[in-house]
Amino acid sequence: MAEITYRDAVIRGIAQEMKRDNDVVFLGEDVAKAGGVFKATVGLYEQFGPLRVRDTPISEQAILGAAMGAAMTGLKPIAEIMFSDFFAVCFDYIANEFPKSRYMSNGQTKCPLVVRTGNGAGSRFGAQHSQSVENWCMMIPGLKVVAPSSPVDVIGLLAAAVRDPDPVIFLEHKSLYPTKGEVPDGEIVDKLGTAKVVRPGRDATILALALMVPRAVEAADRLKAEHGIDCEVIDVRSLVPLDTQTILGSVARTHRLFTVEENPRLCGWGAEIVSIVADEAFYDLDGPPVRITTPHIPLPAADVLEDMMLPTVERIVDTVRRSLQG
Amino acid sequence: MATAQVRAEAPGSGLNDDIGEAKRLAMYRSQLRIREAEQRAYDLFLQNLVKGTSHLSLGQEAVASGFAEAMQKGDLSFCTYRGHAHTLARGVSVEKVLGELMQRDNGLMRGKGGSMHLTSEEHGVMGSYAIIGAHLPIACGAAWRAQYKGDKDVSVCFFGDGTTNIGAFHEALNFAAIWKLPVVFVCENNLYMEYTPIGDVTAVPHPAADRAASYGLERIIIDGNDADAVYRAAQKAFAKARAGEGPSLIEALTYRHSGHSRADPAKYRPEGELEKWKERDPIKIYRERLQQFGISDKVIAEIDASVRKEVDDATETCKAAPMPPADILTTDVYADGGWAWRN
Ligand SMILES: Cc1ncc(C[n+]2csc(CCOP(=O)(O)OP(=O)(O)O)c2C)c(N)n1
Ligand SMILES: [Mg+2]
Repeated sequence: MAEITYRDAVIRGIAQEMKRDNDVVFLGEDVAKAGGVFKATVGLYEQFGPLRVRDTPISEQAILGAAMGAAMTGLKPIAEIMFSDFFAVCFDYIANEFPKSRYMSNGQTKCPLVVRTGNGAGSRFGAQHSQSVENWCMMIPGLKVVAPSSPVDVIGLLAAAVRDPDPVIFLEHKSLYPTKGEVPDGEIVDKLGTAKVVRPGRDATILALALMVPRAVEAADRLKAEHGIDCEVIDVRSLVPLDTQTILGSVARTHRLFTVEENPRLCGWGAEIVSIVADEAFYDLDGPPVRITTPHIPLPAADVLEDMMLPTVERIVDTVRRSLQG
Repeated sequence: MATAQVRAEAPGSGLNDDIGEAKRLAMYRSQLRIREAEQRAYDLFLQNLVKGTSHLSLGQEAVASGFAEAMQKGDLSFCTYRGHAHTLARGVSVEKVLGELMQRDNGLMRGKGGSMHLTSEEHGVMGSYAIIGAHLPIACGAAWRAQYKGDKDVSVCFFGDGTTNIGAFHEALNFAAIWKLPVVFVCENNLYMEYTPIGDVTAVPHPAADRAASYGLERIIIDGNDADAVYRAAQKAFAKARAGEGPSLIEALTYRHSGHSRADPAKYRPEGELEKWKERDPIKIYRERLQQFGISDKVIAEIDASVRKEVDDATETCKAAPMPPADILTTDVYADGGWAWRN
């Protein structure tokens, strides 16, 4: 057991997989000699050498296209897109190429790759370097989408993503890079498609993802301490595949559902889950499901403004308390 | 380019030049097979039996056949929606291609891909891509794998003149050059993007070749209607790639005899242009080439007959083939064979 940062967990996760399998290669902008703009790949170049850890030009289409061609023909590439906002300049690969080739070829081709990216707000970078784009990815059939919230999940889910035979979008939250958590020694391999109950509770289910998980947990602690409301917090972790059974099971026990989403409101992941719960567990509910989201507004740069946008502990506490106690 | 110039390339004495009789006969057969299959696809479209869209390579056969003849087993082709020719040239059966165009169960992808996405991994056809430029970086990735693993195969990426104006073209060229990848980029300059002449929208006269210098590459322009010229250029580029000396960019001058897609009557072409290019029809050029090399009309006629038979037989098989069954709708979305996105 050791306490490490989320950032170091990324390094450890990649290293674990590169050590295990020579076919795992890694490419991206400034990732090799410089160790990444978020310092989340420091030391990999020194450890695995210039053939396996490669700096690329500022060519997001070339990065993802090359990853795909390598994946189709036998490698297991990990590609880094520095900021998830840049998915917009290489979205063809994410939307049209990775997820469609297997289907269109009637199962002839494969695309086992991982796209890692820095996602989410909190760095005060403004509207083009702060977005949470999980909803951009979730809506595409053929992709898998994961967003870990803790160091141990970073390693385990990254390993699962690299070993997965499908294209996986791996969303690392920029504001979580410096956060710390306990991580066991030795190899860690988790499972895609599994949500995690991070705090059990009886009165309401709160679903959260990435940076919203620690906020939901803190809100749950306060709701218990200050208002006697006992919330179950579930880290959704994997949007595709989605662990609906864990979610439906929790709702069946608590009878109330809240989602805490950093993505802008329209078509956020919570909307899909609420619709599933409405379809399949409507009579388990004692009240309307409530989505707590970033509003449908581009993200402002100023810290005071950005802080007003994202769901906060206070907003979660207030929303849950008002919904349950009126 | 004058016909006289093309003739001058043929030594006219015997068959033991660098290409030789067997390869010439193979390239003749290959070009004719594409011609007949594409013509048949057009006829079947008029009968409402080819559905969706289709982009024919009538007039551009020499590029596909010349490159395919120079490729070795294991070399990889990356094509565009105008990819029937390249797929056939790698040895995929006419039946599989026509079946896919007719959206039948016997098609290459059982109707799940359609005419724009012909793929046959066992023949090295790594897909046909319908988003302009998308496959150039993908071909780079396949070439990167060869370089990384020490494999000797070359990735060959075919695209049109219009594709040279999209970002992915430039990203891929630079990427391939700096990593010295064993990839060959082949621009089939047929003078038009969809309906707009390429010269109207491009800053340089030769859309591919005039950009080569930006990526430290040689300026290569070839007669894309002469399979021998294509074959020789391909050989040279493949040898360079296999020797670890990096990518090539080849601009092959050619012309499509039909419209851009089945919906296009090609009224935007100046009068006489098509006729002029038909004088340089690659099949006509090549039949004459065989004759110059002393190959008998009888041998040529036998090839003609056997190709027609293959296309006729394939047509009948496809017409009789069933439509795809509903149970393949949800297969192969994910690697587990299914489409489950939740538990
Ligand atoms: C990104 C993108 N933009 C536009 C199109 C529509 N489109 C399909 S084919 C084509 C023309 C391509 O011209 P060229 O590269 O010369 O190839 P050709 O069709 O002549 O073989 C266009 C614009 C597309 N498929 N993808
Ligand atoms: Mg063109």
